[in-house]
Amino acid sequence: MEELIKILKDLHPDVDFDTCETLIDDKILDSFDIVSVISEINEEFDVVIPAEEIIPENFNSAKALYALIKKIEDED
Amino acid sequence: MIFTSAGFIAAVIIPAVLYYLLPKKAQWPLLLIASIGFYFAADKRYLIFIFVTFLAAYICTILMGRIDLKTKAYIDSNKDKITKEQKKEVKGRAKTRKRIFLIIGLIIALGILCVTKYTNFVIDNINLLLKDGSKIREMNIIVPAAISYYTFQTCSYVIDVYRGKTTPQKNPFKLMLFVSFFPLLVQGPICRYDDLAPTLFGEHKLLEKNISTGLTRIIWGYFKKVVVANRIAPAVIALTGDTDTYKGTFVFVAMLFYAFDLYCDFTGGIDITIGISKVLGVDVKENFNLPYFSKNIKEYWNRWHISMGTWFTDYIFYPVSVCTPMLKLSKWSREHLGQKIGKRVTVYLASLLVWFTTGLWHGPAWNFIVWGLMNYVVIMASQELEPLYAKFHGKFKVKDKPLYGIFEIVRTILLMSMIRMFDCYRNVPLTFKMIGTMFTKVNLKIFSDGSLLGIGLTAADYIVLAVSFVIILTVSIIKNKRGHVISDNAFTLRYSLLALLLMGVIVFGAYGTGYDMTQFIYNQF
Amino acid sequence: MKKKIIASILIIIFLTGGLWFLQRLLMPKYQGKIVEGAMIEEYYKETEGHDVLFIGDCEVYENFSTMTLWEEYGITSYIRGSSQQLIWQSYYLLEETLKYEKPKVVVFNVLSLKYNKPQKEAYNRMTLDGMKWSMSKVNDIKASMTEEEDFIDYVFPILRYHSRWQELTSDDFKFLFEKEPVTVNGYYLRTDIMPQGEFPDPMPLDDYSFGENAMMYLDKMTALCKDEGIELILIKAPIEYPYWYPEWDEQVSSYAEENGLTYINMIPLSEEIGLDMSHDTYDAGLHLNVYGAEKLASYFGQYIVDNYGLEDHRNDPKYTKIYEEKIKLYNKMIEEMNNITEEE
Repeated sequence: MEELIKILKDLHPDVDFDTCETLIDDKILDSFDIVSVISEINEEFDVVIPAEEIIPENFNSAKALYALIKKIEDED
Repeated sequence: MIFTSAGFIAAVIIPAVLYYLLPKKAQWPLLLIASIGFYFAADKRYLIFIFVTFLAAYICTILMGRIDLKTKAYIDSNKDKITKEQKKEVKGRAKTRKRIFLIIGLIIALGILCVTKYTNFVIDNINLLLKDGSKIREMNIIVPAAISYYTFQTCSYVIDVYRGKTTPQKNPFKLMLFVSFFPLLVQGPICRYDDLAPTLFGEHKLLEKNISTGLTRIIWGYFKKVVVANRIAPAVIALTGDTDTYKGTFVFVAMLFYAFDLYCDFTGGIDITIGISKVLGVDVKENFNLPYFSKNIKEYWNRWHISMGTWFTDYIFYPVSVCTPMLKLSKWSREHLGQKIGKRVTVYLASLLVWFTTGLWHGPAWNFIVWGLMNYVVIMASQELEPLYAKFHGKFKVKDKPLYGIFEIVRTILLMSMIRMFDCYRNVPLTFKMIGTMFTKVNLKIFSDGSLLGIGLTAADYIVLAVSFVIILTVSIIKNKRGHVISDNAFTLRYSLLALLLMGVIVFGAYGTGYDMTQFIYNQF
Repeated sequence: MKKKIIASILIIIFLTGGLWFLQRLLMPKYQGKIVEGAMIEEYYKETEGHDVLFIGDCEVYENFSTMTLWEEYGITSYIRGSSQQLIWQSYYLLEETLKYEKPKVVVFNVLSLKYNKPQKEAYNRMTLDGMKWSMSKVNDIKASMTEEEDFIDYVFPILRYHSRWQELTSDDFKFLFEKEPVTVNGYYLRTDIMPQGEFPDPMPLDDYSFGENAMMYLDKMTALCKDEGIELILIKAPIEYPYWYPEWDEQVSSYAEENGLTYINMIPLSEEIGLDMSHDTYDAGLHLNVYGAEKLASYFGQYIVDNYGLEDHRNDPKYTKIYEEKIKLYNKMIEEMNNITEEE
């Protein structure tokens, strides 16, 4: 989780990713950010997030995103 | 078929009335009949194309659904016997098989689109390389109306089924209705199956609220389309057609006129589409969100032609950026070219593809491709300039001043309007040249010497345009502030204003003899 | 709920009333300018029927003085003429007129047989817009529309004329509800004089036979008159231009013979009628002025009195009062027209 928060913080230092649950709905993360995050995650966790998982529910909060990573890791 | 023809109006009113008279079970079948009839009336040959696209989508998605069911049944019944690895393998195999049908479906749908719309464009470009005498003849191919819209809509459904996001529609007639729903067959928007299906196939009671919002949108749309766009379009054509006379500041005028024209034409048309759907109880997602109030290009593209933008993001930008080769490339670049460049590679490449295809989607011409690439350049440049902006704002603290907000809005409108001039001029070099003269040959006299009365607009036309502009701006500002213009409870006020607006459209609309040429600008896309 | 219903009704009244008013305002007013557009409508103000009904183009409404027919023979007559009235328009106008009255004689000027197809929207409008709604009007519109026209534009003329908001003049308000008469019983009079000049030589035609469509309406007209027991007289007014080809004349002659109709080609009768084309025309021989029209009416009146035994109504109390007024109007028109001519 900490690594993930760090990745996100790098993109938007001024956002509190621990509590924010509307990253997509409030347009804090745009499509460019999402792609950056996914490639960072790929690097850091060795997890490939497929395009079909790019839905608001998975990216609205750091927590949800972390759950997604775990789920994919688990399936592998 | 155009929104302002008597035929279109009749084709909408008759089904709309029947819709609430027939038993509710007959509602969606009636829409299907109306949609087929609508397309048939436009040109009966079109039906073959849309039918093949539908059939491919139907068969492929049904087969994909079957694979999913079988896989699930297998895993469920063998829950205790198989290991995690085996389960993964079964799932992987299923995915591969599904992918075959995905590809078949997309090849057929996109293949029809490419062949009908782009064959001659390819031939023309090959001919540029060939010597005289060996040139290939252009082919005589019909381009079915709205093919770009329904093809993309169908593709999104097929991909969503493949991704497991959407369960396949088993009833072929329902799917056919999704592919061909007639209000969308003029100029979109591109709807997603999950958004549209619940209300499209649902049973609807006649609700005053649907009628009132629907009628408001329809009449407001006709106002923008008929009073403004139809009036100003001939002037845009005149200004951009005669490039020897109309250069310098004329280009600037043409640019502003076209911005107003396209806005009214396209948002007006979408208002009519959404309004008609609303009257039928069908919810179509908004395609615009006051785009001319955007403060930068990125925001503009989140608020203009939204259904197209999200389509390209979801089905091209994301899959391309997160596919394995791209991730590998990203990793490699970081290692070899440094973090700074490496981080950007993915976004730059995927965006390039998105904007190239967006341009191409708008029409088979280099003008559109260059237009798309110009958008790409501007978006990427503003992305790179962001740290600089941040510095600037850190120093000057103007960001929250209203005047600065207006500056940003005007800047965005001007920039987008300038890029859009590629729609208007004959070819790419000419467009660059004309935009150039805007800066080199400033001639403010044209505003006082009467030349603006020589482009098909009379003084009376200018007054109508100015008044309309004020009305549209006022309504937009109110909408931006409150989220709505007239409250739902203000029954009398709403309908009185609508009656007035309707009279205004009938009297001040630019329609009838002499106005035939104004087919929707977005019709051809 | 009750409030909503009342509001809805009021708004619907506001909308339809507003549109109705705007439509009246925006429709062209023909008074004083192109008076031909106002003629068809005027008929509905007539209170009594007529013995003789003329149908056709300018060769009837400018050439026969209906007041001379009254003053000299006591014949009541009306001209349902309009500019470039095509034969199907004449037919449907006849059909419509028969709903209001039953004349003894119908006179049709055959020049329009040369047109087999719809011609021009502007003329269609001048003939059709003034008609009251009936099946005759519906069929007339369908038969008359050019390819560019839409039926709906006739139902709601505002759709056709809406852009006139830019050209509204004081006349549009003045004649919004009340219109001044432009004819006396359909006769449009002129008092100016412009002697007949040289007409261009007739151009030879590829095909002299009248079109099928035009002939079909002549058949319909003949049949309708027969059914109603009305005498149909075909005439060709004594005007030399547009040229009336001998081949055309023969066709009408033989048609009349076959169908037991009277056909009078008045061109060779000019002298007998007493026309002096250096004085009796106001536009160099295309149409007669009031002096010519009175001579022609005098001649033609004698002919129908002799051959059709029409009653003299001059002492009939049913008509005397009405025609006294009409003659007054006729003289006033002549006076006004003279004043205009003198000013010029």
